Amino acid sequence: MDVVTNVGERGEPFEQPASFAFDAESEAELAKIIAKYPVGRQASAVIPALYVVQRQMKRQTGSAWVPVKGMDAVAAKLGMAPIRVYEVCTFYFMFNTKPVGKYHLQVCTTTPCWLRGSDEVTEACRKETGIQGWGETSADGMFTMTEVECLGACVNAPILQVDDDFYEDMDAQKVQDLLAALRRGERPKPGSMAGRQASAPAGGPTTLTTLRFAPEK
Amino acid sequence: MLADKDRIFTNLYGLHDPFLSGARARGDWDNTKALLERGRDAIIQEMKDSGLRGRGGAGFPTGLKWSFMPKQSDRPCYLVVNADESEPGTCKDRDIIRHDPHKLIEGCLVAGFAMGACAAFIYIRGEFYNESRVLQAAIDEAYEAGLIGRNACGSGYDFDVVLHRGAGAYICGEETALIESLEGKKGMPRMKPPFPAGVGLYGCPSTVNNVESIAVSPTILRRGAAWFTSLGRQNNTGQKVFCISGHVNKPCNVEEELGIPLKELIEKYAGGVRGGWDNLLAVIPGGSSVPLIPKSVCDEVLMDFDSLRAVRSGLGTAAVIVMDKSTDLIKAIARLSKFYMHESCGQCTPCREGTGWMWRVMTRMVEGRAEPSEIDTLEQVTRQVEGHTICALGDAAAWPIQGLIRHFRPVMEERIAAYKARGTAQPRLAAE
Repeated sequence: MDVVTNVGERGEPFEQPASFAFDAESEAELAKIIAKYPVGRQASAVIPALYVVQRQMKRQTGSAWVPVKGMDAVAAKLGMAPIRVYEVCTFYFMFNTKPVGKYHLQVCTTTPCWLRGSDEVTEACRKETGIQGWGETSADGMFTMTEVECLGACVNAPILQVDDDFYEDMDAQKVQDLLAALRRGERPKPGSMAGRQASAPAGGPTTLTTLRFAPEK
Repeated sequence: MLADKDRIFTNLYGLHDPFLSGARARGDWDNTKALLERGRDAIIQEMKDSGLRGRGGAGFPTGLKWSFMPKQSDRPCYLVVNADESEPGTCKDRDIIRHDPHKLIEGCLVAGFAMGACAAFIYIRGEFYNESRVLQAAIDEAYEAGLIGRNACGSGYDFDVVLHRGAGAYICGEETALIESLEGKKGMPRMKPPFPAGVGLYGCPSTVNNVESIAVSPTILRRGAAWFTSLGRQNNTGQKVFCISGHVNKPCNVEEELGIPLKELIEKYAGGVRGGWDNLLAVIPGGSSVPLIPKSVCDEVLMDFDSLRAVRSGLGTAAVIVMDKSTDLIKAIARLSKFYMHESCGQCTPCREGTGWMWRVMTRMVEGRAEPSEIDTLEQVTRQVEGHTICALGDAAAWPIQGLIRHFRPVMEERIAAYKARGTAQPRLAAE
């Protein structure tokens, strides 16, 4: 089969793999996923199945993305026309239709994060990775930087999402520290980087302080 | 002020075990069988009596919504839980899902039973990956303990709970787009009617409810409608999780009574406005879709559906976005315009074209590169989009701009005048 070459954000070429087949781990996941939906409604599994493809690509190539052959494999698995899978895969923002770096930096810049300094977070990410524009991957292949819309963690703004993890209450220094840790192969615990207890106010909860629950069994 | 004993989300901040043993210690799954034994009609009546209004933004009475489901159906019926929390400013459902997942699961059973549903599908936004893992673990242990599944809680009723992850599309928070997405399609809203209670998921009767609406229902049934109506204000009963973000000293989520004064909410729980109350410029009181209110309104307004509606804004999701005097308000709203442009599904022309047009003009308004008359043109275009689309995303894109023009038109005019004074090139016209 011919190798298909597409172009990325800056016109740089990337190759679509000539084939894609689910590995044993993916097959096991798919069986569980499809069983969740009523008989005959297996198309409901299309989004979860595309995640399976994206995760398998990450395992196999180090880059979490969905090639066209992966979409075809999902279509075959679920008995859908390939176009129905293509349109889903391109409609939803979390599927990467071209390769991404080892770490996917997703900077929320929507108003609540912007009010709390997402410009600073963006700038720090650029400085640390050398990436200029959104959607681009750093020269060393370590990082891809994407602008994302509201992540739904606004009282812990600004947020930098790395792959599936939210790093919250960020600033330039914390971005620098986080990216340095990632480069060392470490994975800091997600959540508030300012040491807050989840969405409680800084300094600790001012409500729910008087409750005593029955002993936990 | 709401007393701790009247708070429903007693693990809002995740200080305790979110899983079954911790949840039971906090009173969840306490003789749920007895709740179900009251029967469908009694449960729905109690919910109606409680006055609970949907917590996802629209504020439709929850009990009434449940009552629209058919009493007899030859097709399966479904409860669909909207956990696609994406309205900018809003992060309340996230805390319920990750810290109090059993309130949601028990709510699914109770609500699903009341509407004759055989299963609940919980549609969680894709970005909440870690949250979805907590919720799935909680669902698994609920099955294991016989609380859901066959003969749920020993009630003789079979009920499944299925967790489904989305993949990054705000529009899927619209109930019919959510259903489309759940069926494996692009998240494009459907025309209504038919309403989901008649033709919903897989063409079957369905009800879509917000996470918070479902999660509070077991507590309302246990403590009674009278307790719930003793909180809040008439027609705006009960409590609510508020999210206070932006220019406050201590952004946070907090559960409070509906009708709490906005000023008290910000000062008591969020450490006050940065630089003091007098440094306040404006607040978006209910998530990005509702019009902003200037400080003069914030001084007095109460945080409930009817009070905010009276000042031509809305409670929405109770996501309070605070902006102090350092804020470039035009830019803050322009960023929301970009958000709606990005999230428009593209199905209806006024929204697909209008959101992009509004964003481009707003971008020029940020610079002041416009004619003063274009403010009117912009206003008129928002009216052309509003109400002319299948779903409310078009309205949601229009309202923030309308709020800006209504309250801060002089700021926009000054920006334009300043740009002209700098003597730069002629602006392009709005018809671009």
